[in-house]
Amino acid sequence: MPTRFGSLSRAVLPENWQQSGFGLYIHWPFCAAKCPYCDFNSHVSARIDQSRWRDAYIREIARAAELTEGRVLSTVFFGGGTPSLMDGETVQAILDEVRRSWPVSNDIEITLEANPTSVDAARFGAYREAGVNRLSMGIQALNNDDLRLLGRLHSVEEAFSAFKIARATFSRVSFDLIYARQNQTLADWGSELRRALDLAVDHLSLYQLTIEEGTAFGDRYSAGKLRGLPNDDLAADMFEATQRITESYGFHAYETSNHARSGEESRHNLIYWRYGDYLGIGPGAHGRLSFGPTRQATEAFREPGKWLAAVSEHRRPEHPVQHLSQDDILAEMLLMGLRLREGVPVARYLPLANEEIINNINELVEDGLLVLAAETLTVSDEGRPLLNTILRKILGA
Amino acid sequence: MTDLAHIRNFSIVAHIDHGKSTLADRLIQSTGTVQDRDMKEQLLDAMDIERERGITIKANTVRIDYVAENGEKYVLNLIDTPGHVDFAYEVSRSMRAVEGSLLVVDSTQGVEAQTLANVYQAIDADHEIVPVLNKIDLPASDCDRVAEQIEDVIGIEATDAIRVSAKTGVGIRETLEAIVQKLPAPTGEREAPLKAMLVDSWYDAYLGVVVLVRIMDGVLKKGDKIKMMQTGAAYGVDRIGVFRPAMQVVEELGPGEIGFLTASIKQVRDTKVGDTITHEKKGAEKPLPGFKPSIPVVFCGLFPVDSAEFEDLRDAIEKLALNDASFSFEMETSAALGFGFRCGFLGLLHLEVIRDRIEREYDIELITTAPSVVYHVYMRDGSKIDLHNPADMPDLTHVDHIEEPRIKATILVPDEFLGDVLKLCQDRRGIQQDLTYAGSRAMVVYDLPLNEVVFDFYDRLKSVTKGYASFDYHLTGYRQDNLVKMQILVNDEPVDALSMMVHRERAEMRGRAMCEKLKDLIPRHMFKIPIQAAIGGKVIARETLSALRKDVTAKCYGGDATRKRKLLDKQKAGKKKMRQFGKVEIPQEAFISALKMDN
Repeated sequence: MPTRFGSLSRAVLPENWQQSGFGLYIHWPFCAAKCPYCDFNSHVSARIDQSRWRDAYIREIARAAELTEGRVLSTVFFGGGTPSLMDGETVQAILDEVRRSWPVSNDIEITLEANPTSVDAARFGAYREAGVNRLSMGIQALNNDDLRLLGRLHSVEEAFSAFKIARATFSRVSFDLIYARQNQTLADWGSELRRALDLAVDHLSLYQLTIEEGTAFGDRYSAGKLRGLPNDDLAADMFEATQRITESYGFHAYETSNHARSGEESRHNLIYWRYGDYLGIGPGAHGRLSFGPTRQATEAFREPGKWLAAVSEHRRPEHPVQHLSQDDILAEMLLMGLRLREGVPVARYLPLANEEIINNINELVEDGLLVLAAETLTVSDEGRPLLNTILRKILGA
Repeated sequence: MTDLAHIRNFSIVAHIDHGKSTLADRLIQSTGTVQDRDMKEQLLDAMDIERERGITIKANTVRIDYVAENGEKYVLNLIDTPGHVDFAYEVSRSMRAVEGSLLVVDSTQGVEAQTLANVYQAIDADHEIVPVLNKIDLPASDCDRVAEQIEDVIGIEATDAIRVSAKTGVGIRETLEAIVQKLPAPTGEREAPLKAMLVDSWYDAYLGVVVLVRIMDGVLKKGDKIKMMQTGAAYGVDRIGVFRPAMQVVEELGPGEIGFLTASIKQVRDTKVGDTITHEKKGAEKPLPGFKPSIPVVFCGLFPVDSAEFEDLRDAIEKLALNDASFSFEMETSAALGFGFRCGFLGLLHLEVIRDRIEREYDIELITTAPSVVYHVYMRDGSKIDLHNPADMPDLTHVDHIEEPRIKATILVPDEFLGDVLKLCQDRRGIQQDLTYAGSRAMVVYDLPLNEVVFDFYDRLKSVTKGYASFDYHLTGYRQDNLVKMQILVNDEPVDALSMMVHRERAEMRGRAMCEKLKDLIPRHMFKIPIQAAIGGKVIARETLSALRKDVTAKCYGGDATRKRKLLDKQKAGKKKMRQFGKVEIPQEAFISALKMDN
């Protein structure tokens, strides 16, 4: 295969979506408290009728199963919100319905996101009984002052003891850290990261703090009151240091912000990045399903009450299904796939790309920001921290 | 037709916001010229932009019937003139069409520079002037102080100034009486050959060009064959009438009267303000004095943000030009900005008004290049070039010397800000000519190069004086100076739209300021970008925009694909607001913002 292409027709080649997997995402929209940096669909509610929610998830799973009959489910992911606020029975009932609804692969990965507090940790055993085999913990920082600034409800000590319980309960454990925090130095972050890597962890999600509109941090930032954030150069240095340090511990950066020992990558998240098929159930959850060459996008109602009411009244709790155009499919495939170190298979994107996009890619290859190998297109080490700019260049935005 | 003794023609001289239009409305309303139910605020200002800015651009006129206290019926003709310096010539013609002026001064504010310029025009036209102190209903009103100031600064008697609140109606009756009692009646010979001054003209979609005239001598009737004495063109009069303020057809217009005519004139360009209209046969021998063709003094390039809208822009400009003879345009091609137009304006306000109308009425987003003045470039071979665009500057080796236009600027400022104003004028290569005090305010007169004023002088002046200064200017002539063309290079490519003429001694400073500004305005790219200012081949200032090092979304999972894709689509749409220079994208706002100077 040459490293430069001429133009190809935009004929749609048959796609084998099964090779990217088929996963189920369950969104639990509640948190004990809203964190100031978080723009996820999460809500604080004093009383949650778990049995009513349980029934709603089960009803939605049954509806989704009809649409996807015959597919083999390879992953389930409980995200949020804070799914570790779910009762063990709720998780049990949902997973029982899942197993009734689809054939599942032998090595099915079932992940649940958990907050590292003792209260949440008390439910870890029940989750394992229900079938959860991977825990993703929101530890976020290994420093109590910063945990408070981030609005977290746990201390470092509490996080460590929850981690120990998780480690003893689940075969696979990951945790999240947020870096490029207020007043954090490069050296601070380096030593914090090493401390994390010294724990018996097999996967880390390492996110640079991003100030999002519509969050408490966003408001403070636009009022000029969020001080001590790193400038671009320091943020770039931190990103580079993160890659270097994790590699030295045998964790490879298989995705922009995700690092794992070989074989411990999040298979569920890989479905997103490899642009496979996934169902999204729960308030605000998104899904992608392909039927032959066409691809549908679904988006559930964001507001928990509205979603629950719709399901209870036997209505579809989602916006009208969107049929993605070839351009949309290409854009999504690249913006997800180029986050992966493994890149995007040429055979998948090329039939969707027009001449202009192929030229843009070739230019970026010449500039050393993309690497075009025999079968895959990947982002170079220099390009990785500039992925958004690269995507704009590829797509002419 | 009304006999001369019962006609009074007048204008109103005032600063913006001193209540000229409100007073005019009240005069119209109180005489029953317009029914209350048809009254809308500021009747005489028709265009939205005028109404929003509280300024009048075209001359408007209204005929008011008034029964005075002596029981006799008078016809009062008000010509509402453009108040702004850009339209000084139009103001001077309007002034010549009437015999007196109301000088309206806000009694909470006092005399402003613009009032001065216009009142001097009225004095030049031998007007009788009636001072009116407005806004006496406001608590901050101080009539005695302001009357004293009128006497000090303008030098006219103001002890009898009429005290008015145009808002509440107090003093309106007294104002009408003063117009009748104090202003002189017009003079003129009914039997003499027709002499009518062309005061203004505009395009009406139904009637064609409407011409506002003041009859000096003779009589104008429907069906008359008339001739424009400057252009020589002849027309048959279709219709004559007066404004009340709606058009009303009349049989004839005699000496001293003000009204309109239509004569199947196709373009406003065919009618020159200040021209003399007479009969084609047995016409006047000599035209009225004082005619001047209007000449644009400020030029800039107007380019569509979306290059696909070039034809729409052409259409918009041609339509606007139909109604505005003082605005000139020709096609321009810029390597950076594509196809557009080089347009000439009477001044900065005129420029802004035209630009706003194109954006608003024709919905075309524009990139406006740096305003430039007209330089006289004298070549070694003895020829002379009028340089409208720095991009057209000939090779320096062929240039003998360059002259630039100068202005006389009058600034009135509370003395606490005087130091800042003097510094601003000095920084802009000004030469002080006069400094006097009137009460707690200073009047500063400066000789300044127009090119130092056209861009942001007025903004700077407002900012250093917290809005308390008022400013006016008029062109005084051309003078040789050490002027050079400065180019800006971005990533080693010259950006023609950012070229400018500068004084050699100020070039380094301007160049450095431009490079620093551009460094902030151009987003970081994946490579480093040198930004340079150069004269000829010599770099005089340089900045380097460092390369972008990090631009990647931290979290991107199943729910983010839609959002990220939509963001990219939005960025795609926003891209048309960027201009590509080699590999560098420059946002359109850079073309204007880069030129603003923060002293």
